[in-house]
Amino acid sequence: MSTTQQPPRADSRTPAEQQATAKRPAAVRYSTWAFEFYRSALGKKYVMAITGVIGMAYIFGHMIGNLKIFISPESIDAYGEWLRESLLYPILPHQVALWGIRLVLIAALVLHVHAAYALTVINRRARPVKYQTSRDYIAADFAARTMRWTGIIVLLFIGYHLADFTWGWFNPGFERGSVYRNAVASLSNPVVALFYITANLALGVHLYHGAWSLFQSLGVSRPRFNRWRRVFATAFAVVTIGGFISVPLAVLLGIVE
Amino acid sequence: MKLTLHVWRQNSPTDAGRFESYTAADISEDMSFLEMLDQVNEQLIADGIEPIQFEHDCREGICGSCGVMIDGRAHGPQRGTATCQLHMRQYSDGDEITIEPWRAAGFPVIKDLVVDRSAFDRIIESGGYVSVPTGAAPDANLIPVPKETADRAMDAATCIGCGACVAACPNGAAQLFTAAKVSQLNMLPQGRPEKLERVANMVDTMEQFFGSCTNVRECEASCPKEISIDFIAMMNRDYLRSRFSSNGA
Ligand code: HEM
Ligand code: FES
Repeated sequence: MSTTQQPPRADSRTPAEQQATAKRPAAVRYSTWAFEFYRSALGKKYVMAITGVIGMAYIFGHMIGNLKIFISPESIDAYGEWLRESLLYPILPHQVALWGIRLVLIAALVLHVHAAYALTVINRRARPVKYQTSRDYIAADFAARTMRWTGIIVLLFIGYHLADFTWGWFNPGFERGSVYRNAVASLSNPVVALFYITANLALGVHLYHGAWSLFQSLGVSRPRFNRWRRVFATAFAVVTIGGFISVPLAVLLGIVE
Repeated sequence: MKLTLHVWRQNSPTDAGRFESYTAADISEDMSFLEMLDQVNEQLIADGIEPIQFEHDCREGICGSCGVMIDGRAHGPQRGTATCQLHMRQYSDGDEITIEPWRAAGFPVIKDLVVDRSAFDRIIESGGYVSVPTGAAPDANLIPVPKETADRAMDAATCIGCGACVAACPNGAAQLFTAAKVSQLNMLPQGRPEKLERVANMVDTMEQFFGSCTNVRECEASCPKEISIDFIAMMNRDYLRSRFSSNGA
């Protein structure tokens, strides 16, 4: 089937059109399929969606684990200890599963942010002259239009959060392994608690669109069931973020101390 | 009724362009939006001003020539309606209306409200057809097609190529157009043999001109034919297959 590629006749292109094409040459073909796939914008969207799902699976588990803070200090400390030392032990040596998860998450985050950045550049270029009057959007909601901003807030938050609880830089009197103590020490500062709550709400807005959008990006669409995608995304965002912010709220309100 | 129009005037692709305001007097509510512009243009000609350039052909919502941005919406306020099918009964006396051309890198402005949409032709050329071997025409009912499939393919085929999806998209993406043109063939037995090659080539060509979809659904809401974004998911699925199948493009 060699019929599909018709070489465009030079004279069939208007000057304006040649200008538009000249700015963006056709993708150079790489020999490896993974590269070639990621080079396309559609491929990047698959990567965003898959890395987004990895992130969603992780944060859901993280949120459930956090709720142990409401059981007892010992319960959450023991859980932290188990995550670090005993996950999949003795199948794997101590800490190997932990590092495996960390590497997957780091790779997923790097790819997710890189794809977001690369696609944002493409999208800026796709409309060099903006509309000169304000748009009257019909379907585009707040969450969909702020993905880049909520994403940046989440990225900054991840940095702060690691510095706070993993490296202990910002944590007053940090003790490695004393999960309960460290959490209360950090979140007792109302400014920090409010920052945690705000960042999580931004993540919730990101997921309100993201957890719906990923079905489209992955091509998961069955007209009969499609309305459940909205239900899923809303429920996922509300439950996950509700679980997360319950902790700083409880510390602020003196329920956990 | 009497209206005030703010219309984008641009002499050439390189001109910076600006809004000009005109009064549209004696407008009947039975006029179409384009007839209203015709009447304004006659007045402009009488006044020795160059008439507003806008594109149109069928004036019955089937050719896809006529799209403009009206008050921040592609094809104006009425859903599922091309500009030529919009009627002035949507407006009332004293209204102000702002009219802009489609704005996208893939749709450079030629003059005033007229843009060059030949990027769509490049997408079609790269795979939006079925290769037909020569010979006698086959019997019409030789290949059975389930009614439901035929109906869905027809839904995709209602695309008139007006470009409202690109114009409305905050990312200037042409996903809905391309998906409709891919799917109308990929769903049917006649289009299936070239399915993977078609989607790979058409998506590659699309990406040379247009932005990237973030699933905000503004295209679907602005489409005069109300084509569903389900076709975009279908195209994404076919594209993945084309990249991972050994005999794909
Ligand atoms: C916990 C961390 C995060 C999770 C769980 C997450 C999840 C998701 C999901 C599920 C999607 C939808 C994917 C798709 O439809 O293709 C998405 C899209 C997106 N994410 Fe994230 N994300 C996270 C962090 C970030 C960060 C740090 C950034 C950027 C700095 C970011 C920027 C974006 C952008 C720009 C989109 C594209 C919006 C779209 O195409 O609909 N995200 N994210
Ligand atoms: S003029 Fe043909 S669709 Fe409007």
